[in-house]
Amino acid sequence: MKKNLQRLDLIFKNEHDTEAILRKTLDRSHDEVINDLISSGLKGRGGAGFPTGLKWKLAAEAQAEQKYVICNADEGEPGTFKDREILSSVPHKVLTGMAVCANIIGSTKGFIYLRSEYKFLKPQLLSVIDEFHKLLEVLNINFKVDIFMGSGAYICGEESALFESMEGKRGEPRNKPPFPTDFGYMGEPTVINNVETLAHTYSILKYGADKFKDLGIQDSRGSKVFSVSGDTPNPGIYELEFGMSLQKFVDDFGDGDSKAVQVGGASGFCVPRKKFVKTVIGYQGKLRGTSLPTGGSMMIFNSSRSMYNVLHNYLDFFVEESCGQCTPCRVGTQQLLLGIQAVKKGEQPSSYLDKLLVLAEAMRVTSKCGLGQSVANSFSSIVENFKEEMIY
Amino acid sequence: MSDKVNLKIDNIAVSIKNGSTILEAAEKINVRIPTLCYHEDLCVAGNCRICVVEQTGSDRLLPACAMPVSEGMEIHTNSMKVRNARKQIVELLVSEHRADCTRCYKNGKCELQELSSEYIVGENGFIDLVAHKGYTIDNFSPSIIKDDSKCIRCQRCVRTCDQLQSISALTVAHKGESMKVSSFFDKPMFEVVCTNCGQCVNRCPTGALTEKTYLDEVWTALNSETKHTVVQTAPAVRIALGEALGMPVGEIVTGKMVSALRRLGFSSVLDTDFTADLTIIEEGNELLHRLKKVVKDKDTTVRLPLTTSCSPGWVKFIEHAFPEYLPNVSTAKSPQQMFGALAKTFYANKLKVDPENMVSISIMPCTAKKYEADRPEMRSSGFKDVDYVLTTRELALMIKQAGIDFASLPDDEYDSIMGESSGAAVIFGATGGVMEAALRTAYEVVTGREVPFEGLNITPVRGMDYIREATIKIENVLPEWDFLEGVELKTCVAHGLSNAKKVMEAVRDGKANYHFIEIMACPGGCLGGGGQPIPTSPAIRKKRSEAIYHEDELKPIRKSHENPEVIHLYEEFLKEPLGEVSHKLLHTHYTERNRY
Repeated sequence: MKKNLQRLDLIFKNEHDTEAILRKTLDRSHDEVINDLISSGLKGRGGAGFPTGLKWKLAAEAQAEQKYVICNADEGEPGTFKDREILSSVPHKVLTGMAVCANIIGSTKGFIYLRSEYKFLKPQLLSVIDEFHKLLEVLNINFKVDIFMGSGAYICGEESALFESMEGKRGEPRNKPPFPTDFGYMGEPTVINNVETLAHTYSILKYGADKFKDLGIQDSRGSKVFSVSGDTPNPGIYELEFGMSLQKFVDDFGDGDSKAVQVGGASGFCVPRKKFVKTVIGYQGKLRGTSLPTGGSMMIFNSSRSMYNVLHNYLDFFVEESCGQCTPCRVGTQQLLLGIQAVKKGEQPSSYLDKLLVLAEAMRVTSKCGLGQSVANSFSSIVENFKEEMIY
Repeated sequence: MSDKVNLKIDNIAVSIKNGSTILEAAEKINVRIPTLCYHEDLCVAGNCRICVVEQTGSDRLLPACAMPVSEGMEIHTNSMKVRNARKQIVELLVSEHRADCTRCYKNGKCELQELSSEYIVGENGFIDLVAHKGYTIDNFSPSIIKDDSKCIRCQRCVRTCDQLQSISALTVAHKGESMKVSSFFDKPMFEVVCTNCGQCVNRCPTGALTEKTYLDEVWTALNSETKHTVVQTAPAVRIALGEALGMPVGEIVTGKMVSALRRLGFSSVLDTDFTADLTIIEEGNELLHRLKKVVKDKDTTVRLPLTTSCSPGWVKFIEHAFPEYLPNVSTAKSPQQMFGALAKTFYANKLKVDPENMVSISIMPCTAKKYEADRPEMRSSGFKDVDYVLTTRELALMIKQAGIDFASLPDDEYDSIMGESSGAAVIFGATGGVMEAALRTAYEVVTGREVPFEGLNITPVRGMDYIREATIKIENVLPEWDFLEGVELKTCVAHGLSNAKKVMEAVRDGKANYHFIEIMACPGGCLGGGGQPIPTSPAIRKKRSEAIYHEDELKPIRKSHENPEVIHLYEEFLKEPLGEVSHKLLHTHYTERNRY
């Protein structure tokens, strides 16, 4: 490692307090635990940023015989690989979070929806789950966790498409409402959390909400695990505090020639050099416009990179990974890709890019799910900031 | 929580039942929101996104068809943002749709075409996607043509095939740019479980799914000097044809239709209703024959319940899905095929026309009838019994092509010998009609008295409930039917193949103990057939149904066995029901088919 990087060590800290945490939680009222989570400010680490405590609260209030807790380990965003590491090194933290959640909402059944490409993790995970089940038995907690293997579609990381996939149907997002806390897997109330989110609940339960809240800024509390890739001498997984400016990030991780950073993968935003100073990593909230959310993917591009190629690559990805059911996403992604190709080849005038920007905005406001809605993020930020690279 | 929700749409206050959608609320105050994937008969998909509306305070637009109303909502259906978004959606759909409208069978009847004219999709649209997709047209089926290049992936057909028919011959395959409506292993529709019911055709907004048309063949026959053209018209055509020619829904146009057919040049204008009456005689006797074998003779080789066989979609369905129950299907042919077999034998002989020079054409509310006419069994006259089947829609097209002003036509009468019919035959066109017609006859055969229902209207088997059961107690029978004394005849009526499936599963699992089951493949029966005018909806089918029962009331003869031409046919030609000639011409057999 070139520099002495400042790295937090919460999630990956080697600690094994599952039993103590579960015992402590069983002694507390459900409201207390939920309020703790709410006051910690923990938000979903998959990228969408829904407040975790509120999600659990809604599911706890839902009336149903059977409820489910699902860990979303369908980590498919290009440039993201942090959930793999969490599940490899601290899976018991994730399971602890699931069990606490199950206890609070009144669920006896949990699943880890594991990305197809991570099947090498399965044997190891299964043996951890076995041990975990034994502990739950001792504690008299009726909760079982199974692994459900995905089949490789990016869209199945979208929660409602994930349920459809688990139910044996095409992985296609559902209309919302109803939301998962009312109508999730098998139509029952379901809490679905990202791997990292669940791991964070372990830390909050152990160290308390205040400790967690001390980290980060405003609407973005706690730490975040980042997957750093691209033109960096230090690729890898880093747990960093929320609220860091992109300039600081580039100073730490860049190779000295960083031209742009793609924050949040193919569905995230591209930030050019001139905006590094003003951009902060965190959920969009009061800081909208300069605060950028991310599921953890941070891709750094130096001046040797063609941003046309970068965008082309993302669009190739979306054209293939759109589920295809809704018009703006299915057809829009194809049009964006063909459109930039046509401009590049001179078959369409450069003004065609403006038409494409209008299209991207329409896709953002009309698409059925997060996939189609977020194509505009990378498209518009790359086209607007690197227009000349699109044309020449 | 209050059961009413108050909201504003385009600044107009509306109060509507909790759980309603924005689309329903807008309809209530006559604000039209365009839709494409939405269809009243189907579950909400929310995938075309043309119905998006803006909610005050919300950045993203909402799909009106899928979004439930909530208290205090302020919806704008015509904001700049909405209009711009809709235009983008229409332009996108047009870019993936082979838009050679003037060459399209659905030209002028295409919902995408309508929207594109409304939103003025001009020359500056998106890049054409159709060109490099290598689409092929599946026209192997005798009933349905599937042209993927015109498909806009709204999945109405997929939902129809799954939800209404429980077939899933059409389903979605692949994702992203490759996503398409496909069949099992992308085989032609002809080779999969498709029943040819055409319900998908009725609901396709574009020209992606259409009936295979035989208009050219029929015009050629009509213009031939040597050919004698015989046309038959199914019961449900006369109450729907008007819709396709600009008349109101539910108008009975029997007389005008006969006039029009004469004007078109058909040599003999006859009625499928005639053979519907004949079907009742054959099938009713088959039921009584089976009851005798089972109840009196304790013959364990004879199977009950007996199911009807008039609906070719149903017949193909049971051949695929419940082949072990094929012995339960009435061997009586459908009225169309009985007609075809008699036309080229009995009728040709009467007219002294060489059956080789006879062209037999039927006008059907159905696309599966095209397939039925093509079945190898349907050649008992020694020729193809029915040469060409046209849908109600195709007949309307012929009438337009011929420049006939349909509405002003005088009423005319069918030709005789095979043109007379009873009210019992007319109601074949509605779900429950065959059951009612059969009971009117069978009850009277057994007891010598009319069915004990006021005005012969057996109301328990009528209506639009998906599955209806009725029990009729048989009492004071004639001496030869003494074994049926006190028997409670258990009947069941179902329409839509998903309901047929439920009934057959109940029979299979021993949960239902019926004697006689009527099944129609299409929702509402033939009046909602796959060849009927588009659009279709519960309200339209209800009006057509009322027209059918009204026509029944108007008929001087209400019972099949009182049709004088049918009586004459038995005296002169068939001799007796289930007799040797009937067996040869009017009965058939079925074939077990693959499950996929």
